[in-house]
Amino acid sequence: MSAPIFSARSVSRDFGGLRALDTVSVDLSLGSIHAVIGTNGAGKSTLVNVLSGELSPTTGAITMNGDDITRWTQPRRARAGIGRSYQRTTIFADLSLHENCRLAAQASHQRFWHWLEPASRCRRSNEAADRVLEQTGLSALRHQIAGSLSHGKKRQLEIAMSLTTRPQVLLLDEPLAGMGPEETERMLELLASLRNAHAILLIEHDMDAVFQISDVITVMVNGSVIAHGDPESIRNNDAVQAAYLGRAAA
Amino acid sequence: MDPVIFLIQCLNAVQYGLLLFLIASGLTLIFGIMGIINLAHGSFYMVGAYMAFALQPAVEHYLGGGFVATVAVCILLTTLLGYLLEWVFFSYLYTRDHLQQVLMTYGLILVFEELRSILVGNDVHGIAPPPWLSGSISLSDVMTYPVYRLFISAVCILVATALYLVLTRTRLGMKIRAGASNREMISSLGVNIKRLYRIVFAIGVALAALAGAIAAPVTSVYPGMGNAILIVSFVIVVIGGIGSIRGAFLAAMLVGFVATFGQVFFPQVAGMLVYLLMALILLFKPEGLFHQG
Amino acid sequence: MTPRKRTAFVLSVLCLLAALPWVANDYYTGLIVKIMIYGLFAMSLQLLVGGAGLVSLGHAAFFGAGAYATALLSPESASANFFWLIPCVLLASTAYAAVTGALSLRTRGIYFIMITLAFAQMAYYVFHDTQFGGGSDGIYLYFRPEWRVGDWTLLNIDDPHTFYLFVLATVASIWAFLSVLSRSRFGAALTGIRINEQRMRAAGYSTFAYKFVAYLLAAALAGIAGMLFAAKDGFVNPELLNWEQSGLVLLMVILGGSGNLWGALLGAFGLIALEELFQSEAIFGGMANHWHLTFGLTIIALVAVMPKGLAGFMNKLGHRAQPGPASRSSLPHTPQP
Repeated sequence: MSAPIFSARSVSRDFGGLRALDTVSVDLSLGSIHAVIGTNGAGKSTLVNVLSGELSPTTGAITMNGDDITRWTQPRRARAGIGRSYQRTTIFADLSLHENCRLAAQASHQRFWHWLEPASRCRRSNEAADRVLEQTGLSALRHQIAGSLSHGKKRQLEIAMSLTTRPQVLLLDEPLAGMGPEETERMLELLASLRNAHAILLIEHDMDAVFQISDVITVMVNGSVIAHGDPESIRNNDAVQAAYLGRAAA
Repeated sequence: MDPVIFLIQCLNAVQYGLLLFLIASGLTLIFGIMGIINLAHGSFYMVGAYMAFALQPAVEHYLGGGFVATVAVCILLTTLLGYLLEWVFFSYLYTRDHLQQVLMTYGLILVFEELRSILVGNDVHGIAPPPWLSGSISLSDVMTYPVYRLFISAVCILVATALYLVLTRTRLGMKIRAGASNREMISSLGVNIKRLYRIVFAIGVALAALAGAIAAPVTSVYPGMGNAILIVSFVIVVIGGIGSIRGAFLAAMLVGFVATFGQVFFPQVAGMLVYLLMALILLFKPEGLFHQG
Repeated sequence: MTPRKRTAFVLSVLCLLAALPWVANDYYTGLIVKIMIYGLFAMSLQLLVGGAGLVSLGHAAFFGAGAYATALLSPESASANFFWLIPCVLLASTAYAAVTGALSLRTRGIYFIMITLAFAQMAYYVFHDTQFGGGSDGIYLYFRPEWRVGDWTLLNIDDPHTFYLFVLATVASIWAFLSVLSRSRFGAALTGIRINEQRMRAAGYSTFAYKFVAYLLAAALAGIAGMLFAAKDGFVNPELLNWEQSGLVLLMVILGGSGNLWGALLGAFGLIALEELFQSEAIFGGMANHWHLTFGLTIIALVAVMPKGLAGFMNKLGHRAQPGPASRSSLPHTPQP
């Protein structure tokens, strides 16, 4: 595995008296999918929020490509190449799929002297939108209103939008949530296709999917990391089995 | 500053704050529990005051009562009014967004103002406090303080205590508090939402009207009194945090002191001080001091 | 409506409006001027409400700032010069917007509504309680401003017909600008912020900056409307900043339909027409004195019946009349698989 391009070192986050994250460290490298699993309340969502910039860590440091981005706001991190998808679908329901992606893509072309130019004619945003819709297999639906999509397609659109700005890092918060088996397969194929060009952090509950697709797994319980390693060693780890897996995964 | 004058201003500030609390608590309950922005809340204050003025002769004639009886009749009538109003008008606002609520209640203000104009006219009226409350107590050799103002504070404290007891010790209060922190949840728990809303609304209206009725001897009864008090009450609700009675109390006392002492020390900018206070607080706590839910 | 039909429609409306002073009497000409000025005021608020999703209940503060700047900066015995007056008016309203916006935009929803209201009240008290702007009596503007280079008057708008055309031209050009803005990248970003601010931030937009610029722009345009208002009647008083004014212009935006620009104009027209109607003794007799009652009841009824405002209502009518490729907003939802 290549050297990490995105690192969180000993990150902690407190909410009043509650320590939601306790010295968690995570490395993401290009060409690898790093899954984070854990019980409910383990702090996974807090972790993603801290890594994406929506929450600031109480202690710890986050670096990306050598820069210390700990104090950077979320928009700034997004512009630096960190894309994220949300557990609860966060799309522009009133706009078409193409408009959704174009708007997300426009974030890379925000120079204020372009502000008055017609949005629909931004060539590079249009091309980026076309590209990601193609990549996620949604091109046929480009003019459909996003709010009318099925749940699975909405989740795909989420991923598509996070890809428009060609991010290096992808933080995916339960992309498989609420999906049936067929949709899950399609999503996993998509994630596999994204692996080479991106450093992916994957929060997931679906254990089969996690063991199928990830290169590295981190296990969290009550805000701390209890295990870290490749899928095989995690599967055999006693502490993980006791705390989380219960019966062994197939 | 002379200590006695300071005491007088403190008493004024407390009285004003308590009065504001009465009004604001109704508003924060209505917004916190039912999610309705009600711009017409100030109108209920005005209705209470005008009722106290207009009904006094009738109460005296038919019931032989004086001031207290008039106020009691006011409370009764406005509670009824609140109950009916919720049924006929406000219950249609729950499904609407804030914008539409703002507009429909804005229209309601106009309707109330004009009805008042038609029924009672546009004159300013003074109301004399009842004889047994119109004395003054002496605070020093030369300074006295009107008993009536102390009466206002006493009534407010009484009502505030009653409100506190209802909210913390009764089942109704429990439902109300649950609703203030999570509106969707209580309906799924099987509480009769419609009736709860109607009761809460009626309470809110009654509180505002009571405030208007007992304040009338001090502030006089004049058109536009509702509008002036409305904005201040909204400021208090925002400072205190929507849905929080505790917040409304603290905010009301803060505003009472800032407004009263502001009038004394900086009369030119007194009007602005309350808004500066709000801006300052929102700077550090964008959702108010005791934000709920 | 196809873009070409729409352009033709707009141009014909403009021509009709331009010809109006010559066919209508002075009263109605003045009324149309008032409608245009309030239309501009409403459009500036529509940028905030319908564009960025920011409901402000304190927009009258900027209108008043523009009006007072005009009255205070105009010399008592001569006409002010638009060339320096306009920048000053813009400065006055945007300066207040910069300070209040920096604080207000940190809040959202009901808190934003309330804090904008409070800041407008603050401005109201400045003009009402202090002698800064003549106190509660207000002040007069004795000479309408004009366009002047050195000693040479380019355009004097004292004549009511000229003033009418000047207001029409100003409002039309600002309307054109806002139209371009709504279709621009900036406008698209504002739309995104309105629909889902979180997603915009995740995509890399510094949403505060966009909201702030929109807020300043809206304030600037409201200031221009205030300037025109001061120039029209020559009298400015603190009641221009009170919250009933803020509520009225918000009403115009929403009743017209906050989704688009011409909704704001429609709302201004509708509301002022309603005011005139209900104050007309010829129709309502004695009730004309109590026109607030009929007005209030009508507002309630209109909001209840037409939640999407007049523009939304007329859109619906338009679609029923023309079956065919439906517009974006009425695209049928495909059945779920």
